[in-house]
Amino acid sequence: MNSRIVARIRPWAIALGAVLAPIVGYAQEAPVPDKGDTAWVLTATVLVILMTIPGLALFYGGMVRSKNVLSLLMQVFLTFCAISLLWAIYGYSVAFTSGNAFFGGFDRLFLQGLTSSSVAATFSKGVYIPEYVYFCFQLTFAAITCGLIVGAFAERIRFGAVLLFMVLWFSFAYLPIAHMVWFWAGPDAYTDAAAGSAATAGAGFLFQKGALDFAGGTVVHINAGIAGLVGALMLGKRVGYGTAPMPPHNLPLVMIGASLLWVGWFGFNVGSNLEANGFAGQVFANTLLATAAAALAWSIAEWVHRGTPTMLGAASGAVAGLVAITPACGWVGPMGAIAIGLIAGLACLWAVVGLKRKLGYDDSLDVFGVHCVGGILGALLTAVFCSPSLGGTGVYDYVANAVADYSIATQFKAQLWAVLVSLVWSGVVAAIAFKIVDLTVGLRVSEEQEREGLDTVSHGERAYN
Amino acid sequence: MKLITAIIKPFKLDDVRQTVAHIGVQGLTVTEVLGLGRQIGHVERYRGTEHRTDLLPKTRVEVAVDDAIVEQVIEAICNVARTGKLGDGKIFVTRLAQAVRIRTGEMGADAV
Repeated sequence: MNSRIVARIRPWAIALGAVLAPIVGYAQEAPVPDKGDTAWVLTATVLVILMTIPGLALFYGGMVRSKNVLSLLMQVFLTFCAISLLWAIYGYSVAFTSGNAFFGGFDRLFLQGLTSSSVAATFSKGVYIPEYVYFCFQLTFAAITCGLIVGAFAERIRFGAVLLFMVLWFSFAYLPIAHMVWFWAGPDAYTDAAAGSAATAGAGFLFQKGALDFAGGTVVHINAGIAGLVGALMLGKRVGYGTAPMPPHNLPLVMIGASLLWVGWFGFNVGSNLEANGFAGQVFANTLLATAAAALAWSIAEWVHRGTPTMLGAASGAVAGLVAITPACGWVGPMGAIAIGLIAGLACLWAVVGLKRKLGYDDSLDVFGVHCVGGILGALLTAVFCSPSLGGTGVYDYVANAVADYSIATQFKAQLWAVLVSLVWSGVVAAIAFKIVDLTVGLRVSEEQEREGLDTVSHGERAYN
Repeated sequence: MKLITAIIKPFKLDDVRQTVAHIGVQGLTVTEVLGLGRQIGHVERYRGTEHRTDLLPKTRVEVAVDDAIVEQVIEAICNVARTGKLGDGKIFVTRLAQAVRIRTGEMGADAV
């Protein structure tokens, strides 16, 4: 997914057209969105909502003990609602309007100036979609990113702590990182070299570094993953972790959730293309193939190393593949996608089984192992498989209107910038946010409450009666 | 009167029900339990965790019977519930001090 700011240009374009038209003898027309593109991004938005509710909610809910299932469902559900509102009030503005290289401005505070005829740019010159659709699409990304984090500290966090943390982390980590990676002036600003340089100078910090992130490997997964790890460390382990068995209470729900995630992810990745065209088909294929490869890789590795291929493993492998292909899906070819999936399936299996056991932290639902590790891998492998020599798209030069020369090493460095900045920024903000929450609301429930279960303690309900 | 408690493999429940019905036992109570004995459990793996369960699902059947047919019932249950493999289960017999049929208030042998 790439960022886009328009709607400010439109009135100027009309004014300029009105002035120039009699001089140069043609009318400068306001861009009209294509209905196919609009319909697709609207549909993609709905698919991403489905990823969160109920996809992610069920994926996580099924993995915890039955006494805590409602707590996960509630945390995901209400985080989605809260972030939706904050996105409308100030989030969209701070992420996707002009400000500085790290934070946008307040041009769209309370969505002022946004109308049904406002437009947002795509990756193609002269092609636009309604800005309202773009606003909604990006809203779902912000919401699911925040929802992802709750898995790391499941079964022991206070509900109020989750909501307060989300407000803080969304505002000071998600928004700036989205701005840094995705905010740019759009392809139409790249008329010549001078205009192009000026345009890039006003873009987000990591965009300026040349980092590629098609649908959110850094903005969504590395971001959420590291915040999850920080949370898991600051909250501490669950009571009984390491000795008491805590198997998932409903693996069919996990599978349903994972499947909804996969299906919805086509909205996430292919919707990030912002157009319904042939390239969308390529992004679709990448999303399909990488995931299949990752699920198989995880399952087979598990089969060989641990004795049996498990449903939880297959579902986790699929998610790992989805995470890894997210930044790469619009930059690589299908064989590159398969390679990324295979590597991610194996790497995330190791992270979840080997690394976690070695380091001993209790990241309950493996948010770090799958999303952070998968995201880092995907972001770095994007540099490799984007290369035209490996079937990738290369990077398009909007001034020359052709694919530029590609260097894996150069691009790898740009990706590294994005990975490291995301890790550090999100990690630090998460740590501060958790500390604030700890000092105000309190992070954990008491040991007795944890033993009883969050559903009754925090929500006054039993899931199964 | 005696209370016969039989812990059996779950799939043997129907056979046990039919067999005690033939002997004239008209009521029984069934509970799903977990049991551990000489039968080997299995290993469960969930991502990074692995644990061994030795507790396996069993079915507990309780019947209250008259002293006269205790041996008969025990033998009948053993015959149908036995597979010859580990984990077939156990039967415990305890003395029953009193039994009451709630609907009629009958007590003692008339109640079982």
